[in-house]
Amino acid sequence: MSAVVQQGPGLAKSAPAATIATMFRTITEGSLRKHHQLDVLFRHATRLFAFLVLALLMGILASLLVGSMPAIRAFGFGFFVSAEWNPVTQQFGALVPVVGTLVTSAIALMIGIPVSFGIALFLTELAPIWLRRPLGTAIELLAAIPSIIYGMWGLFIFAPVFSEHVQPLLTKTLGSIPLVGLLFQGQSMGIGVLTAGIILAIMVIPFIASVMRDVFEIVPAVLKESAYALGSTTWEVVWNVVLPYTKVGVVGGVMLGLGRALGETMAVTFVIGNAHRLSLSIMEPGNSIASALANEFTEAVGDLYLSALIELGLILFLITFVVLAFSKLLLMRLSRFEGLQT
Amino acid sequence: MDIYTRRLTTNRMNLILSMLAMLFGLFWLGWILFTLFHLGLGAISAKLFLQMTPPPGSDGGLLNAIAGSLFMGAVGTLVGTPIGIMAGIYLAEFGSRGWLAPATRFINDILLSAPSIVIGLFIYEMYVVQVRHFSAWAGAMALALIVIPVVIRTTENMLRLVPDSLREAAAALGAPQWKIITLVTVRAAKSGILTGILLAVARISGETAPLLFTALNNQFWTPNMNSPMANLPVVIFQFAMSPYDDWHRLAWAGALLITLGVLALNILARVFIRNKTPIY
Repeated sequence: MSAVVQQGPGLAKSAPAATIATMFRTITEGSLRKHHQLDVLFRHATRLFAFLVLALLMGILASLLVGSMPAIRAFGFGFFVSAEWNPVTQQFGALVPVVGTLVTSAIALMIGIPVSFGIALFLTELAPIWLRRPLGTAIELLAAIPSIIYGMWGLFIFAPVFSEHVQPLLTKTLGSIPLVGLLFQGQSMGIGVLTAGIILAIMVIPFIASVMRDVFEIVPAVLKESAYALGSTTWEVVWNVVLPYTKVGVVGGVMLGLGRALGETMAVTFVIGNAHRLSLSIMEPGNSIASALANEFTEAVGDLYLSALIELGLILFLITFVVLAFSKLLLMRLSRFEGLQT
Repeated sequence: MDIYTRRLTTNRMNLILSMLAMLFGLFWLGWILFTLFHLGLGAISAKLFLQMTPPPGSDGGLLNAIAGSLFMGAVGTLVGTPIGIMAGIYLAEFGSRGWLAPATRFINDILLSAPSIVIGLFIYEMYVVQVRHFSAWAGAMALALIVIPVVIRTTENMLRLVPDSLREAAAALGAPQWKIITLVTVRAAKSGILTGILLAVARISGETAPLLFTALNNQFWTPNMNSPMANLPVVIFQFAMSPYDDWHRLAWAGALLITLGVLALNILARVFIRNKTPIY
């Protein structure tokens, strides 16, 4: 090093040494520049693909909006409050499918939330450690079974059993309660809004349960141990410590399940009965947005009919978008919280 | 009953209820799997893989449907995976600053759970309406759009698990960033990214709704991606909704095939990475 410094002034004047120095510099800068350009190119390429996701969302919204324009022009706001759905007279209203979607999802949540809570509680507090992973995986496999399998199973296996053994029982017991009983009136056909809701419940349980389990696991052990040390029972620890600590995440999980239930197509299509009519009883056949689309879209004749179906799709997309966005925001809030704790 | 007994009883009762909830969940899984084996296994034979879907009342198999599903699934995965991996790389490696990464992450998580039937509508509007016919290309594109969010999500998660010291070591050796990412971090996260692809394949192999308005169905064998193509889920849907017994049998056989495939992929994916991958 010192030798170079001493020779430095002398070398700089001599031609060959200067060439060597320039060569050295050009090689370095050249490859640096090349790699820098490649870096920039690579970064922008990946950025382009990330941007594509946003473009996809915009594209979906725009295409659905354009596709539903004829229906929006023809029916305007009345589309939401009209229960008519008549391809012959070209009168379409979204009330029946929208109500069907909401009611089936509500039934799914009413069954799904307590069960998922129980499963998450079992997986985090009760089950022996070696059993937690396999049982958790088994529950998650419920989410892996394709929707069409649920539909087929629901139609051929579950609905007959349900109509023969459960529905008459429900009509006899709950059906005799004033007001509430109206929900359970009607024939035991096996297919209908209630059946669809129950099958949706089975389908959303793995999602809600696995969110709940994951958020229960972030509760600091110190908190739980303190409660145990004060003499709390396991249930009291879960109810008074774990649940309040994780309530944001739990609501996020429920919203996620709701988002899934709202958009579920094939399973509902098989068992809901596909009847465009509004009835008070949840035993009766009904319709949901997704099942109306699956059943009628390929057979729809006429622009207005198609456009009305696409508007249904738009409504479905907007509802699920809001629900899922809400769920995501809640879960994000919880994970920030988790970051602060550790 | 004093307060202690009451607290203990409440505790015990709720814990028993929680155990019952667990059994409730497992019960449905067991029942569905039992049904599939019970009704599907008898219908599985060599003919299933060698013959075309039959008209009602005659003998046949599911060859064209299986081939169509494999075709479209392969094209969908091949198109969707690189896009998903690139976007995932952006989120994990360049996503610490700016508005694009958080926005993409947010939207991607929503698209992950968005109703797949809407994806079908989108492709219908964008492609099928323009070319005026249903085609396997449209089906494959719809499947690709479902693959993308799954791959983005797992790629990002898996790249984040790679320790920064690895990146720093490569940077200290003078490697440019694109080399660090392609030769070091992506390679370190390889098995995780592969898992994401497996999960995506599992997800699309059972998808019916987006194929209804795109690939439609076809009773015959066709190698032409530009025409409607048979695929297992839609064939199952059509056969199950029909009043014919032999079609029902084929539908159950197809249902068993799909479920076994999907469950195998899911279990394989879990073996690949021991740590948890959230399903939501």
